[in-house]
Amino acid sequence: MKISNTLKIAFKNIVKNKTRSFLTSLGIIIGVGSVIIMVGIGEATQRNIEREIASLGTNLIIVYPGAFRGGGVSQGTGTFNRLSIKDVENIKTYSKFVEAVSPVISSNEQVIGGGNNWRTTVYGVSEDYAEIRDYKLASGVFFTEQDVKAGKNIVVLGKDVADAVFPDDEPVGKSIRISRVPCKVVGVLESKGQGSFQMSQDDLIMMPYTTFQNKINQNRFLRSIDIKSSIKDLSVTQEEIRDILRNSHKLPDSSEDDFRIGNQTEITERATSVASLMTLLLGSIAAVSLVVGGIGIMNIMLVSVTERTREIGIRLAVGARKRDILMQFLIEALVLSVIGGALGILISFMVLLILNNFTNTQMVINYRTIILAVGFSGTIGIFFGFYPARKASKLNPIDALRYE
Amino acid sequence: MQRVLELKDLKKNYYMGDYIVKALHGINLKIDRGDFVAVMGASGSGKSTLMNILGCLDKPTEGDYFFENKNINLLNDDEYAEIRNNKIGFVFQGFNLLPRTTAIENVELPLFYDRKKEKKNFKELAASALKKVGLQDRLHHHPNKLSGGQQQRVAIARALVNDPSVILADEPTGNLDTATSLDIISIFQQLNQQKITIVLVTHEPSIAVYAKRIINMRDGHIIDDKKTKQRSAKQDLKKIQE
Repeated sequence: MKISNTLKIAFKNIVKNKTRSFLTSLGIIIGVGSVIIMVGIGEATQRNIEREIASLGTNLIIVYPGAFRGGGVSQGTGTFNRLSIKDVENIKTYSKFVEAVSPVISSNEQVIGGGNNWRTTVYGVSEDYAEIRDYKLASGVFFTEQDVKAGKNIVVLGKDVADAVFPDDEPVGKSIRISRVPCKVVGVLESKGQGSFQMSQDDLIMMPYTTFQNKINQNRFLRSIDIKSSIKDLSVTQEEIRDILRNSHKLPDSSEDDFRIGNQTEITERATSVASLMTLLLGSIAAVSLVVGGIGIMNIMLVSVTERTREIGIRLAVGARKRDILMQFLIEALVLSVIGGALGILISFMVLLILNNFTNTQMVINYRTIILAVGFSGTIGIFFGFYPARKASKLNPIDALRYE
Repeated sequence: MQRVLELKDLKKNYYMGDYIVKALHGINLKIDRGDFVAVMGASGSGKSTLMNILGCLDKPTEGDYFFENKNINLLNDDEYAEIRNNKIGFVFQGFNLLPRTTAIENVELPLFYDRKKEKKNFKELAASALKKVGLQDRLHHHPNKLSGGQQQRVAIARALVNDPSVILADEPTGNLDTATSLDIISIFQQLNQQKITIVLVTHEPSIAVYAKRIINMRDGHIIDDKKTKQRSAKQDLKKIQE
């Protein structure tokens, strides 16, 4: 018997039992649909995170204080902070691949201005920081090298702070008090929008690190050193900075680094690895529903084999071979699951279209996911269809013909 | 005369746990082309078992079965299926048509499974088979829209469609009233006149009289095998209708 004939018979049987066929496929429809939607959502999240991290700045390298190892026991990052302004100066002096460098110190402070009160993070940074982290000014200016050297009491406000403290006025030129230190606002940053993990990138104040160290917080050690590399190959710059810092810290060859250098790629990788784990998790949960759908197909096919025992007997009597019967039921299960898969794709397209139009996510339909989902549903059709089909093909024609 | 079937000392045992049921004890039987044989016997006489073996639905325990002078004991399941497909036509008591499938599609069924001949015109062949049994205007009716007699005619057409060497009919009139039974038998007689071999299993003597030869079975033996003067079902049907 030719495959085309078998296909014809399979389609006929599916059409004869429309409601049942639809309900059977529903499991696969939901399974395939949810796999595609879940993976779509996961990948959209991943893309968002990537985009946000790219907005942190290009060619960004960050040096963190390293872990102190005492007696072989790591005390964790930052327990023994040795990053200082001197390191920043050394990097500035000796590096060939660094375009801009800024120390970063920060603390949470109470801010008073224009009769309003706000708690935010105050950063002590150099004049290059805006360039390094890709901050643009909405109004006013950023502080200059001279301002930093002079240790002037001037600040640049993030968008959130500006809105909170000076909701109605132009903040530039206004005075603001940061933990009792009066400062003059010289600029306001453009909004960067919501960061990943719901942290705003706009809720901050920047001031010259000199002012910060003298007046806000006397801690001499730095939270990090942010660097913009002049070349694309960040590993070269990173290696160079490592040498400079080891020299600066006078570390002997035998000892480990007492700092840690990270770059944007690493941050991206770490953040997206969380997102891709989420994608995987969502996808797996959806895949479980696909398997459940497959079991539904098996169940219905088993019922169908019992119900059509006589039919199988007739087919065997008029000359069907065992393998013809096997193929017939296998193809029926396969057609059911592939039709289910196709409908699932259609539905997931519609759902993603609706979500993209009515929410601000940009979900993507991945061709890989579609191929995977269809392949998977086909495999499930064959896998769960095989047992009933085999059962059908093993029927004895005499018993099958007598079956009531 | 051309020989269609020959059984030589054919035995069939069924095993039910430790218990052996001997259904056939050494059957010897020859059927030639154009014969019309009625196999009679009470239930349990072994006639159904004999029918199943003749129809290649079951295999004998011992003995030889020659189909068109070829020993088919040694064939495998697929080759059995092939014989069922294009050498044997079945007609059953319960019609055994596919439900929710039109008459013509039912008749086409054996053609689907025919691997030898590359037939293209399934519909034509099925339609001409239905014409032979007088159902040319019922091609697209579903079985549940047909009377018992018409359903059995569809089944006969299905048995005919692949030009079989023999038609095996197992109590074909068991579910039909007398007039319809005679009508169906007259179709068999008509086909037999065209040299189609027919083996008819029945327990009704009133049906067996329309055969050319009557075989009586009891307890797995053939106890009687004789030629008979064939009655015409058509004439008897006329008489009833008058």
